[in-house]
Amino acid sequence: MPAGRTVEATMLGKLDWSAIPFDQPIPLIAGAVVLVAILGVLIWVVVKGHLPYLWHEWITSVDHKRIGVMYILLASVMLLRGGSDAIMMRIQQAVAYQSQGYLPPEHYNQIFSAHGTIMIFFVAMPFVIGLMNLVVPLQLGVRDVAFPTLNSVGFWLTATGALLVNLSLVIGEFARTGWLAFPPLSGLSYSPGVGVDYYAWSLQISGVGTLVAGINLVTTVLKLRTRGMNYLRMPMFCWTTLASNLLIVAAFPILTATLAMLLLDRYLGFHFFTNEAGGNVMMFMNLIWAWGHPEVYILVLPAFGIFSEVVSTFSGKALFGYRSMVLATMAICVISFMVWLHHFFTMGAGPDVNAIFGIASMIIAVPTGVKIYNWLFTMYGGRIRFATPMLWAVGFMVTFIIGGLTGVLVAVPPADFMLHNSMFLVAHFHNVIIGGVLFGAFAGFEYWFPKAFGFRLDERWGKLAFWFTFLGFYVTFMPLYVAGMLGMTRRLQHYDVAAWRPWMLVAAAGMAVLTIGVICQIMQLVVSIRNREALRDRTGDPWDGRSLEWATSSPPPVFNFAFSPDVRGEDAYWDMKTHARQQSLEHEVPEYHDIEMPRNSPTGFVCAFFATIMGFALIWHIWWMVILGGIGAFATFVVFAWRDHDEYVIPAEEVARIDRINLEERRSLVSMAGAL
Amino acid sequence: MNLLDPQGPVATANSTILVDSVFIMLAIVVPTIIAILAFAFWFRASNTKARFQPDFVYSGRVEMVVWAIPALTVILLGGVAWIGSHQLDPAAPVPGTGSPVRIQAVSLDWKWLFIYPDQRIATVNTLTVPAGAELNFQLTSSSVMNVFFIPQLGSMIYTMNGMVTKLNLRADNEGKLQGLSAHFSGDGFPDMMFDVNVISPLAFPDWVATTAKSDAVLNEESYTKLMQQGIERGRPTYRLEDPRLFDLIATQHIPPGPGPELLSDAGRPHSGGHDAR
Repeated sequence: MPAGRTVEATMLGKLDWSAIPFDQPIPLIAGAVVLVAILGVLIWVVVKGHLPYLWHEWITSVDHKRIGVMYILLASVMLLRGGSDAIMMRIQQAVAYQSQGYLPPEHYNQIFSAHGTIMIFFVAMPFVIGLMNLVVPLQLGVRDVAFPTLNSVGFWLTATGALLVNLSLVIGEFARTGWLAFPPLSGLSYSPGVGVDYYAWSLQISGVGTLVAGINLVTTVLKLRTRGMNYLRMPMFCWTTLASNLLIVAAFPILTATLAMLLLDRYLGFHFFTNEAGGNVMMFMNLIWAWGHPEVYILVLPAFGIFSEVVSTFSGKALFGYRSMVLATMAICVISFMVWLHHFFTMGAGPDVNAIFGIASMIIAVPTGVKIYNWLFTMYGGRIRFATPMLWAVGFMVTFIIGGLTGVLVAVPPADFMLHNSMFLVAHFHNVIIGGVLFGAFAGFEYWFPKAFGFRLDERWGKLAFWFTFLGFYVTFMPLYVAGMLGMTRRLQHYDVAAWRPWMLVAAAGMAVLTIGVICQIMQLVVSIRNREALRDRTGDPWDGRSLEWATSSPPPVFNFAFSPDVRGEDAYWDMKTHARQQSLEHEVPEYHDIEMPRNSPTGFVCAFFATIMGFALIWHIWWMVILGGIGAFATFVVFAWRDHDEYVIPAEEVARIDRINLEERRSLVSMAGAL
Repeated sequence: MNLLDPQGPVATANSTILVDSVFIMLAIVVPTIIAILAFAFWFRASNTKARFQPDFVYSGRVEMVVWAIPALTVILLGGVAWIGSHQLDPAAPVPGTGSPVRIQAVSLDWKWLFIYPDQRIATVNTLTVPAGAELNFQLTSSSVMNVFFIPQLGSMIYTMNGMVTKLNLRADNEGKLQGLSAHFSGDGFPDMMFDVNVISPLAFPDWVATTAKSDAVLNEESYTKLMQQGIERGRPTYRLEDPRLFDLIATQHIPPGPGPELLSDAGRPHSGGHDAR
């Protein structure tokens, strides 16, 4: 090795110009477009002088509402990236019949790996965590989450992971192993490139972010409830948040440990999962699914919570069988940890093991079924208003039952022996993740948007978005069920079987309909922002809501509530409203107090900045930069730990001024309601 | 490759369980979906005929029914799962006519090697079996994981390096079927489809005799060449030198197959799957 290359290797590790795919136009153009867009936004921000505002009000914010909004923004942007991948895959499978299609295997394989990784870790996760962040402290009647600065750290580390995944588009490559990177394929022997390293380090860094978010939300629900908010008075969404975050705290360390072992194999020549020297690939399968199965419930439980809120609010009734729902939620939380083996019935375990895990998996269908029936009876005897969130909820109930049916089907081992890894399975998990998690995220987005921003979303575009997404889902994924029944397996870059072709064409057409749905969703946002004055919500309670988040103004003041609400039963705000209408007044003239709130802190952003450097350097073996990033992140933490002031005081007069505006609006609402 | 057009007893039993399970669940699912749509429609706010019952938020009877319905369904399906798992254990022999045929399947990057140790022959990407006979498969992998699957014969099973999995099947009707790998294994993965020729038990010995006359010999040396990453377009056949070859592979006496060769491009290595076309 010449001396020049040695110096370069020390300075740049494995990185050189060949890392940039000049020979592949698609990622290069995509990367360039993204880069231009980012630069454009940055220049616009700087030129218009928005930078100080962004820095003080958003980037360094430790306000749970702002962090929640940023999580959802991240998820929405990544949804477009993951969706583009999906479009490319559907087009490839539509054209690659008896031909190579337009994507060579090494590119196609990156796309489906990135699609899965992005959709789970950087769309579904941040979306639900964002909604929980935004709503749960409000529903509990408190001023913030338990650890506000940690909350910001969690968000920015998640963003770091997303950034690294996107960086792989233009510098190097992403994993070509599928979204769970099974060894030995993901080991150094069979994947010598940086793709798996991008995958693993992105998930390690964002995994830390998810874990701290989980710890934060569990602590918030357990320790920070307002007066009278005992466990059995919490809104359903708080319960599902608790269950979901307990699962995060229990499951994510397994993922971290598993990926750490994979990385040790790849970086330091260990043999946890290699073919040689006693490595055991079946161990990886078990470990990754011991995290992976609870992960499914981490995502879908909050969605169940959202639907509980939405169905109850828009039916004008309390949730039917509340205690039964609590029991079902916690049952799912516990059982979901005992079923992971159903992901590999076909690996050769004996019939006893297969049958027991199959039956355990079916048992989860019982509490899930109970939930469906309780939503059904919540609608029974209600006065249902079909606003957009309720459309998503009904669409979910119908779609999710079908996904549940096919899910129980693949839990029957002999049926799974034919359906494992097939397109049927692909259809099944999209059925539950789109029909469950994504519909839930959209319902929550439509439902709580007025709370977050103080104006409603346009209903016409919202309903169009629902119908296109709903129909698009069926046209895209029902054909995949059929293809699975015709023996088609997943992840095929090309195929020669004539019988599969028509179904791939239909699925591609469905993808076009889904895309229109997404466009409608974007249009809804644009139109609503334009008409925001007409759509303004001055009452803080646009849907006639039942839980405490509707008791404050929209958007809520930074301290959420001028007074800690006093809760006397389930549906706390509904009780207050009923009470207030009877007495024709909402409050006596209260005495205001100073409120202490946590100071903004750049800790999260700076930490993530150094984590990004460290992650990138680890991927490319640039060791000096790894040390630099590590020291930087640690120093940021030390500086934060030695801070002198972490709170500031909002004086009572300021609280009073803000609260009186809110009260005026509400009084006029109550008197108007009285006049009617 | 239609799963509902089974060509052997295992596939028949699998697909029967599949279809039965769907119908058991549809009995619950269809009424539930209808109820959701009906309730949502009838109790719409604009329907003045619907009775508003805001206080109907708990009913012990309803709760009992809604816990019981899914529980009963699951008890029924759980029975199906338990019995089915035992009856259709892939490791359990499937009795047939004539003497059983032992086949040792090895997944390579990216082709299938089928070794017939008793007949001292081997084939690549084509599996020839006599109709009606008991087929005992032993499976392993030369490198990464794959899944051996012939949809119309039933049950699939993983192949893993250094390990042997077992599968028993039977093909009842003569004809051509297709098999594939059902677990992603790298760039050449889509080309791991293989032909399955189910021939008459009388023709099978002739086929064996013809194949045994093959010029090509499969031994450690030719196997090592075969397991290099790449796609096999032809359907080569071999005379098997040592019937213990499979054991040498499964016990890693022959080391696992190599991955892609590293070219100058360290970040984005190319591999045979792409170059082969």
